[in-house]
Amino acid sequence: MSTRTFGERVQRNNDERLLTGGGRYVDDIPLPGALHVAFVRSPYARAKILSMDTSLAKSRPGVVEVYTCNDIGALDTEMPLLIPHPSLHSPKTQRPLARDDVFYVGQTVAMVVAVDRYVAEDATRLVDIEYSEPQECNIEIEEAISDDAPRVHDDVPNNVAAHCIQVSGDPEEAFAKAEHFTKVKVRVDRSTAAPMECRAVAARFDSVSGELTIWDGTQAPISVRGGIASIFNLDEDKVRVIAPDVGGGFGQKVLLFYPDELLVPFAAMSLSRPVKYIEDRTENFLGSTQERTQIHEVELAANKDGVVLGLKDNFLHDTGAFIPYGIAVAQVASTAIMGPYRIPNSRVEYKAVYTPIVPVTPYRGCGRPHACFAIERAMDQLAEELGLDRFEVRRRNLIGDDEFPYERPNLLFADGLAVIYDSGQYSKALDMIIESINLEDFKAKQKLALDEGRYLGLGLSFYVEATGIGPYEGGHVKVHPITGKVYVNTGLTTQGQGHETVFAQIVADQLGVSPEDVILVEGDTGAFDWGVATYASRAAVVSGNAIHMAAEKARNIVLEAASNMLEASVDDLELQDGKVNVKGSDVSVGLAAVATACNPLRYAFNEAAQAATQFAPAARSDEPALGDGRAPGIETTEYYAPPHAAWAYGVHAAIVEVDPGLCSIDINRYICVHDCGNMINPTIVEGQVMGGVAQGMGGAFYERCEFDSEGNPRNANFMDFLVPYATEVPKVELHHIETPSPLNPLGVKGVGEAGTIPVAPVIASAIEDALKPLGVEKLHHVPLSPNSIYEALSVAREKNII
Amino acid sequence: MKKSQIRPDYPERSDDPLHEVNMEVNGELITRNVSPRILLADFIRHHLGLTGTHVGCEHGVCGCCTVIIDGRAARSCLTFAVQADGSKIRTVESLAQDDGSLHPLQEAFKESHALQCGFCTPGFLMSIVSQLEETEGEIDLSEDGIRVMLSGNLCRCTGYQNIVKAVQSAAKRMYKTN
Ligand code: FES
Ligand code: FES
Repeated sequence: MSTRTFGERVQRNNDERLLTGGGRYVDDIPLPGALHVAFVRSPYARAKILSMDTSLAKSRPGVVEVYTCNDIGALDTEMPLLIPHPSLHSPKTQRPLARDDVFYVGQTVAMVVAVDRYVAEDATRLVDIEYSEPQECNIEIEEAISDDAPRVHDDVPNNVAAHCIQVSGDPEEAFAKAEHFTKVKVRVDRSTAAPMECRAVAARFDSVSGELTIWDGTQAPISVRGGIASIFNLDEDKVRVIAPDVGGGFGQKVLLFYPDELLVPFAAMSLSRPVKYIEDRTENFLGSTQERTQIHEVELAANKDGVVLGLKDNFLHDTGAFIPYGIAVAQVASTAIMGPYRIPNSRVEYKAVYTPIVPVTPYRGCGRPHACFAIERAMDQLAEELGLDRFEVRRRNLIGDDEFPYERPNLLFADGLAVIYDSGQYSKALDMIIESINLEDFKAKQKLALDEGRYLGLGLSFYVEATGIGPYEGGHVKVHPITGKVYVNTGLTTQGQGHETVFAQIVADQLGVSPEDVILVEGDTGAFDWGVATYASRAAVVSGNAIHMAAEKARNIVLEAASNMLEASVDDLELQDGKVNVKGSDVSVGLAAVATACNPLRYAFNEAAQAATQFAPAARSDEPALGDGRAPGIETTEYYAPPHAAWAYGVHAAIVEVDPGLCSIDINRYICVHDCGNMINPTIVEGQVMGGVAQGMGGAFYERCEFDSEGNPRNANFMDFLVPYATEVPKVELHHIETPSPLNPLGVKGVGEAGTIPVAPVIASAIEDALKPLGVEKLHHVPLSPNSIYEALSVAREKNII
Repeated sequence: MKKSQIRPDYPERSDDPLHEVNMEVNGELITRNVSPRILLADFIRHHLGLTGTHVGCEHGVCGCCTVIIDGRAARSCLTFAVQADGSKIRTVESLAQDDGSLHPLQEAFKESHALQCGFCTPGFLMSIVSQLEETEGEIDLSEDGIRVMLSGNLCRCTGYQNIVKAVQSAAKRMYKTN
């Protein structure tokens, strides 16, 4: 085998294109004659639609068509519930265009199609929708579940969409036996993924071939294709969905269907013109899904030595006005709540609650940041109450290296499979972070600072992440006969995670070519159409292993063919530099020639074909041109379905300085120790972690979607919803551990979401530690603003300590 | 009712009035007739077909749409095309050489893994290039200084650390500073 690239810091394959302005995002696809869409959106959270009149809008020059629910035929129905669940007893999904009722501000009510987006927007103001008086509503989930709260959906009492209880072990016994109880109530507020490219959909219908082509900045083109074909009653092969370059997703783009994903193709078919909808930033806040609000009440039952025997968690999950993605976010939170700790007995109960605001679907972290905030804040408090060190309490509860695989009996993860932690070295991670912080040194500095009236604090948080979940993905590998380049397909999409590079590395190692000669084509149902989607940190694990298996199989075909061609034994061959060599000799054949020879041809029309004819045939000479069971060419497809999730984990720490007067915070150091199994490309892993930490900083300090009591968004733009700039994100120090996952041939685990998960508890823990001498109250609500720190210091102020 | 098979007579364009604009874009002189309300970003992207300039917010916060107008970095989403009449504009497409060799900053971005999805990247490049050129590299190139330099652009993917690294190494290459 040639030099192994797995594990190397290989530079990315496609950066040059993106750096020179050659990106191909949906709005960059040239579609001559395209019409443009703008939506009329509900100005009220809950109201009845009394009448709709589109005539004035239609008469505006440049407007081509205006649609309401009355004009979209069979599309005028509730969109699918993607992931049903037995405890989701009152599922509600939205219609592409509202009929009779609106349920949140921003809900799509009418669609204007015009010659350009400017006119389309003009015309939205001319669509006359008459509404009833807005109905009373309540967006506070704790109040929304009361008997007399106004209902989002008339037939859903208490606004409860789902109610679920998961029990593992015997929590009642654990609570009966325990010596100490720690209770915390924590809250994480609503946020949004805010990818830099908003969502976008374009469609073109070819009435001659009957083919519908859709460019969709989605994380799930194959599913979109399947859904569109069934909803429009078309043959799947006549629908091609392409996710070209996508400017970030972070979960928001995994939902299907957004209204525009159905309405744009519908308009393209009805109007016989290409149609595009390019969401703007305000629309992204108004109409694209959000995440995060959960309120957890966690109780730990422990012994005096800090060993936690049992946990109870009761939480509310805000699902917004609809629940199209089912209870995935809550379900993930409910299984992540025990973190890396043994905690053998648990009872988790939650309710998913309707509120008349934008619906909720997964956003990077998907329930884990909430659960992590809850358990880690509880562990800090347990340590404090027992007078133990925060690190030591954790150490006493961490699952030991020899306890893997560690199962939590009876719990089911969001994919419906068992919760079994596959591998890890949790204590080593703790040791590494302590060493990196230089704990003793920090304590001395903290004391010294305090003497000078400066407040230094140290925070930490563990996290675990179930990654690489099923059901499956595929890998297709084909060696191109003319160039010898290797084409690879899988059913995923990339939003910048570097698939084209890491998958190329996997294939390069098997076929002895350089990663630049491996070309990945994904996100196009015209190229490969078996698979699921990019979500849940699963690409490297699920597609990575499928591609690895396909590449191994391709390697065997190459070796077998080359052995016939070179009349040498397979054992004497090696694949290197795009060639098959007979070891220790200068006899070799290029990969292109092998690929050509594997396709028994009549004509030699290029160099590879001419080269191929110099050798013996690729098939054994006593066999027909294609041996038994052989297909022409070097082309393989394999699928990988994981038995269950692979659990990545890590621990983060921060050293901060807090100014109690200004309530401002400086992060002096931010350190991550993380383990995502074998790393295919450490540079890309680090990029994922650092990007995740930046989003975590947003969640810890800034990012909160605010609504007034009537459900009106108050900060639906980047002026008011604060995404951190470079000046708000600290430098991250990274340390790797590589504990291979025993579940898959490559030993990898996912890393996409890891960085985001523990940031908020790290920061809260650090600020509390810094301000402890002043008697700060507990920081149990994120994002933390200077205001919340100010309030947490109110007792200190009353006592005139500050 | 049977659907008519006759192709409808759709309007070709809106009734916005048109104004002539003349600009030098990436060294080429162009003359076009545009609606007075078309944003420079849309004009560059959709009229000129230079889709490397991106639009991330359309309200001046994210910096994705940054281009260089008469030597200064500017938000093309906050500029009307007619305002840029008579100006010299540079977009990301102008950075690499005709033979395809990359600008030192582009090289540094590639080597430092300073981009992931790449949507914010053209805006960062144009903003950084203009600041480095304007000051001839005499700008605070400490980590904190560079972070301030980047603080007009949002990136949701990278966490900025590798962008900082890329600027440091590009500035070294461009100005032989330390
Ligand atoms: S698009 Fe111009 S600043 Fe965001
Ligand atoms: S690389 Fe995706 S937003 Fe910056």
